[in-house]
Amino acid sequence: MGKYRGNVEAIKALIRETEVHRDVYVDDEVFALEMEHVFGNTWVYVGHESQVPNHGDYFATTVGLQPVLMVRHSDDTVRVLHNRCPHKGTRITAEGCGNTGKFFRCPYHAWSFKTDGSLLAIPLRQGYEHAGIEQSHAVLGLAPVRHVHNYRGFIFAKLNDVGPGFEEFFGESLTSFDNMVDRSPVGKLEVAGGVLRYMHNCNWKMLVENQTDTCHPMVAHESSAGTAIKVWKQLPEGSKKPMAVEIYGPFMSSYEFFENMGIKVFPNGHGYTGVHHSIHSDYSAIPGYYDKMVAAYGENRAKAILGENRHNTCYFPNLMIKGPIQLIRVFKPLAANKTLVESWTFRLVDAPDMLLERTLVYNRLINAPTSVVGHDDLEMYERAQEGLHVDANQWVNIGRLYEPSEQADMTAVINGTSERQMRNQFHAWSKFMTMSMQQAG
Amino acid sequence: MKVPSNQDLVDFVLHETRLIDTHRLDEWLDLFADDGIYWMPLEWGQTDPRLTASLMHEDKLLLKVRVERLKGNRTFSQKPKSRCHHVLQTPQVDKRDEAANRYVTWTPMHYVETRLDQQDLYAAWATHTLAVIDGTLKIKLKRVDIVNCDAAFGNIQLFM
Ligand code: FES
Ligand SMILES: [Fe+2]
Repeated sequence: MGKYRGNVEAIKALIRETEVHRDVYVDDEVFALEMEHVFGNTWVYVGHESQVPNHGDYFATTVGLQPVLMVRHSDDTVRVLHNRCPHKGTRITAEGCGNTGKFFRCPYHAWSFKTDGSLLAIPLRQGYEHAGIEQSHAVLGLAPVRHVHNYRGFIFAKLNDVGPGFEEFFGESLTSFDNMVDRSPVGKLEVAGGVLRYMHNCNWKMLVENQTDTCHPMVAHESSAGTAIKVWKQLPEGSKKPMAVEIYGPFMSSYEFFENMGIKVFPNGHGYTGVHHSIHSDYSAIPGYYDKMVAAYGENRAKAILGENRHNTCYFPNLMIKGPIQLIRVFKPLAANKTLVESWTFRLVDAPDMLLERTLVYNRLINAPTSVVGHDDLEMYERAQEGLHVDANQWVNIGRLYEPSEQADMTAVINGTSERQMRNQFHAWSKFMTMSMQQAG
Repeated sequence: MKVPSNQDLVDFVLHETRLIDTHRLDEWLDLFADDGIYWMPLEWGQTDPRLTASLMHEDKLLLKVRVERLKGNRTFSQKPKSRCHHVLQTPQVDKRDEAANRYVTWTPMHYVETRLDQQDLYAAWATHTLAVIDGTLKIKLKRVDIVNCDAAFGNIQLFM
């Protein structure tokens, strides 16, 4: 046995008030335990219902390291199944998404399953007459994930029976989803445009922390955002500000701008930047959109919806959403030092195409493997992943604007350059990591 | 030059690649028409650059930002600098429309980008749409289709 399995005290000791031990980023055993506990006991994002609009539509993905299948069942609900044939383990679907018709058929020996996962037929079934199949795992079919919740189209799953219920886990933080959905005049989102997939040689939590790290843009992104501003200023006077400069420019905002934008934290490790304003506040209006919103919601409500300019909302453990530009990022852990970042974009149903166009420009400029902003960030993560192997100092500091009176699992609004959301995440990490851990005897 | 020969078109593509591989990127930028675009689709056989995501879809302003950034003193992801290397098949002239001043070439290639101990190999097709402007050939559109365009990549920092 290693150092951490079955050792609740050792796990808890990794997280201090204002610092965390480097093993949370570099240690393989800690990573394996995260996959079992953090990604087992919490509600993890699976996909969006618009990816499976018709009966039999499916989308294959992972929860932690567990392969799952999101599928639209014949009763119209979205189910999440473990993506593994009960016979010999074959992955059921050939592709990432598609339509399976009325049932799944395993390509190896043709066992078949309904879209709720239940076993439909086995060829030559009489061969199992004395095989005790009714008592075996095989009879369960494609085992469904038991805890699945659809929140306004976003599908979440919790693999373990322990851990809080959906509402309790997310609470008030769900308002960030509400704002994103409400930005459609008909209150509906559709995944659109394609997904950008970007491989990172670093721990998944570095990416999560970076989402509310407001002291890095003007430093790490000076090379990209700063250069964009410089090049734009060389254009002839009176030139219209290009969309790209509108997107890059605010990354160079002052410390004061980020301090005043505020951060709000919620229980269970969720939180967002941009309480009062954000880098998304000053985008130019899109013709026709505001009128549609007023027609749908009335002027006051439309103004309230569009006046929310939350920047990044982090949902523990590994999801970030940007309501004002309809974009989400999923930080998929592959190993202690390897993370796949998926950046998905949405169309606001019944809003002008121009909004989706801007969302896609943002995604391409900021989140693609060809993005200069992405290059800036990844360089820092990879250097950290290396630097953390220094034994002389084994602690990462997350103490900025710490207050001794600070309490965990609280809702609070604080200064926008605080690292409290990082502390909030690690408090949740420690809680969900040890919640179901058996102390070795 | 008013009407380029096929050899002119082929030479242009070879020269363009050489400018990239030798880091003469200011000269490379000059090869683009003022409204020229560099497009790297995300989707296999992609037709729409606007409402479908791309890896790159950049006008001259954005290309200039990249080129300037590569020179920057605080461009930490380029310390040390990346290097790159193309192997091209002979470009094929697919279309010649002299009346419309529009010439299209197609060039299969392998592209290697390196930094420190890391070396990445990509296979791609480059499609150049060229026009004669003020007597010289310019790029209206350079489209780069990576064979596995939808795979998860690490950093791609230079130009294919
Ligand atoms: S492995 Fe699926 S039917 Fe045999
Ligand atoms: Fe960043």
